[in-house]
Amino acid sequence: MSTASGPVLAADGTPLKRSLARALRVQKIRALLLIAPLLLFVLVSFVAPIADMLFRSVENQIVAETLPRTTKALRSWDPEAQELPDEAVFEAAYYDIFIAAERKQHTRLGSRLNYEQTGMSSLFRKSGRGLDDIGEVYQDQFKDLDRNWDEPEPWVELMGAPSWVAALQDWEKGQPLPPFALRDGVADLLPLTAREYALFARFTQQEDGKSPLKEEPWTAVHTALYTDLAAADLSGYDGPRAEMLRAADAAVDAPGFETVRFRDGFAEIDEDWLSPDVWRTIQIYSPAYTSGYFLNAVDMQKTPEGVGLRDERERIYGLLFKRTMFMSLMITFSCILLAYPVAYLLANLPMRSANLLMILVLLPFWTSLLVRTSAWKVMLQQQGVINDTLVWLGLVDDAARLVMINNQLGTIIAMTHILLPFMILPMYSVMSTIPPSYVRAAKSLGASNWTAFWRVYFPQSVPGIGAGSILVFILAIGYYITPEIVGGTTGTFISNRIAYHISSSLNWGLAAALGTILLGVVLVLYWAYDRIVGIDNVKLGG
Amino acid sequence: MAVETQAIRQPLSFSVPAVAAAGGFAGIFVGTAQGSALLGIFLGAILLAGLTWLAMAVLPERQERMLRWAMILGFALVGALVGGVPGFVLGGLFGWFFGWFVYWIGLGRYRTTLPPYLTAGQVLWHYGFRVLCGAIFVFLVTPILVVLPLSFNAENFFTFTPEMLRFDPAGYSLKHYRDFFGSSEWQQALRNSLLIAPVATLISVCLGTLAAIGLSQPHVPFRQAIMAILISPMIVPLIISAAGMYFFYSRIGLQGTYAGVVLAHAALGIPFVIITVTATLVGFDRSLTRAAANMGAGPVTTFFRVQMPLILPGVISGGLFAFITSFDEVVVVIFVGSANQQTLPWQMFTGLREQISPTILAVATILVVVSIGLLTTVELLRRRSEKLRGMSPG
Repeated sequence: MSTASGPVLAADGTPLKRSLARALRVQKIRALLLIAPLLLFVLVSFVAPIADMLFRSVENQIVAETLPRTTKALRSWDPEAQELPDEAVFEAAYYDIFIAAERKQHTRLGSRLNYEQTGMSSLFRKSGRGLDDIGEVYQDQFKDLDRNWDEPEPWVELMGAPSWVAALQDWEKGQPLPPFALRDGVADLLPLTAREYALFARFTQQEDGKSPLKEEPWTAVHTALYTDLAAADLSGYDGPRAEMLRAADAAVDAPGFETVRFRDGFAEIDEDWLSPDVWRTIQIYSPAYTSGYFLNAVDMQKTPEGVGLRDERERIYGLLFKRTMFMSLMITFSCILLAYPVAYLLANLPMRSANLLMILVLLPFWTSLLVRTSAWKVMLQQQGVINDTLVWLGLVDDAARLVMINNQLGTIIAMTHILLPFMILPMYSVMSTIPPSYVRAAKSLGASNWTAFWRVYFPQSVPGIGAGSILVFILAIGYYITPEIVGGTTGTFISNRIAYHISSSLNWGLAAALGTILLGVVLVLYWAYDRIVGIDNVKLGG
Repeated sequence: MAVETQAIRQPLSFSVPAVAAAGGFAGIFVGTAQGSALLGIFLGAILLAGLTWLAMAVLPERQERMLRWAMILGFALVGALVGGVPGFVLGGLFGWFFGWFVYWIGLGRYRTTLPPYLTAGQVLWHYGFRVLCGAIFVFLVTPILVVLPLSFNAENFFTFTPEMLRFDPAGYSLKHYRDFFGSSEWQQALRNSLLIAPVATLISVCLGTLAAIGLSQPHVPFRQAIMAILISPMIVPLIISAAGMYFFYSRIGLQGTYAGVVLAHAALGIPFVIITVTATLVGFDRSLTRAAANMGAGPVTTFFRVQMPLILPGVISGGLFAFITSFDEVVVVIFVGSANQQTLPWQMFTGLREQISPTILAVATILVVVSIGLLTTVELLRRRSEKLRGMSPG
């Protein structure tokens, strides 16, 4: 018996253990292959959108993207000092907002910042129009000096690489424009002007599809030219258009040349630019990620002193969350009250009658949600069926019809009705497993009816109540349609606010933050449901 | 129940006050409708007490049928005198009910279905409880039933007109149904619904069934986690799914397209397919597939010839759930779709929110009929599936 001590072998000679492990692995892989397509599908069509929403609730790239130089310049500014940022910040903001206005992005940024400080939206809109005033001061003076400063071609020759200029001159409509290239050395000579002109040329070519030979440069380029000329000495310059440039340099250095401080230019557009609050807001919201939306969603905001509650008048989300919680609890509670007797009756009737009555529960369950909501709208209106019946019976005076719609009562009634089957079905499935002999045994031992129910039957039915309550609560807390139609203004939920922010106010970040909080609550409840009931045990349709 | 409870004729001292109390209660409603609740209670109690006395003490028991018909006719006539056609119908119903009630109480018939040892209080509780449950059932079903007759309203009202209550044929019409079938908007919405829902259902059923089979294999790594992900579209509130899909689908260019809506609806339908099909597979006898393989069938043949026919009821009812989910879905389609993808529920939603038109009620009635059809199908399938698996006699 020498083989008894070695490993057990399978028919093909490999050790049985390895052979079994391989078979198991094949089985696992086959199972995963069957699941994979669906898993991928759900990941793309459902999980990715949710992840996107989570991302949007903290994402804040728009400020840094639209105002790259300003946010950088603001980094060294101390907001505590109650002083305005220095001229460099205003200069950076001038160039940033100028190009943003050309790209028509300044209004988007304005409405983004308007969520944090009211007035920002109109401030940015005004500035987009008004910044030309600063540049025009320089543009006009350069033009008076030499008409060529107002023409496109001299600029092209001055700034562009010769190959690009040649290609541009050969260019005809319909062909792709040659990519812009700076002339060697011009970036060292006139750094700001080169930067602004490059931005202008690329923008003109790519966004407008026009040739810089036909378009006069932005006023921002003239402003940049002034700044460069004031700083540099160009007496040794001998490139293209040397005379024109040297003349401009001389004019700028001459005493009579009119200049504008950027700060004064901004103040001219709107006095608000001289308020440190505006700059503080831009500085606070310049990082690429922000907790601002979440703070907003819980009625808080960032202040120089740190995080604080908003003004009493501006707090709405706390109220909405509380109302959503309160109404969901009310709905869950009324569902328990109504569902318990029905589930008890269904579980204790003979099979045939129980099945018949079950249809009455399943019919609403299967009926379209909108049908039920419209039915409640019809029933609850002041000229609706319930009021008409009450008036006809004389229980209510015709002049004093009950207001049951467009308030919390309407939402609670309609949603209780809509969610009731979700409470009855889990309760029923738990109650039908309780053996009736327990109650009979309790009674034969001398328990009163009430004791037998309360001490014997009820504890056994608690899992059903728990399962149904969590299910109803989860469903209720995220409801949108019914509160929207029968809730009016006082009976709406947090979900209605989310929808409002997505489609009307376009504050997507706040909508995403509110949604994330709601999702967190639901997931905690889902986890609890899984622990109590087990997600595998969810039953549909009885 | 082995012990038969005999119906015992109750003494007049019990039956007369009991029926009179019921009469008084009914009298409240009749009385308030006519102006005086107190008078109604009083007259109702007197009338019913007299009738009970008549039935129990004066007339012999074999006259029961005659007296009950007399009561139906009498009440109906009084009703007609007071309230016209609706009064006639209501009166007839009252007469029928009290005719039955008088004998049910008087002859002690109410005890025949109960064990003989129950005390009076327990009997009262038994019936009281049923009345309470009946009221809850009424609450469940009334809203749906009210919509049906109102959709035949000849006027553009959301309530019963006097003509309707008089059962005047002029008060009824098919006007709203004509509106529905004649309006291009509603027809477009119907077409969209009928286009989107089947495609979404097909996707979720095909992928869902495969995955459910995979999930029910004995060794699946990360089973819990995968299950949680696949079920999540059912758990996450619709508004959150809608928001996320709106953001994400507009990034990838699917927002406002049929493909986007179909994709979203398929994702929402998947949990239902997974749940029903895995439930069916719990009872599936795996030795059948082994037997098929043993006799030389490949995996594909085994699946289509052995496994599929047995789990088909589960697959179909999962598909119906997925279909109704998509067909009934509003929130996601509002955000993911654009005006071109308006579905029936979306059209109803805008109709309810903005211009209220009773055409909605006609659509609602059609949808109720559809859902009754679906409910019946699912119930039949469930029973068939349980019968196939030998779980219940059906």
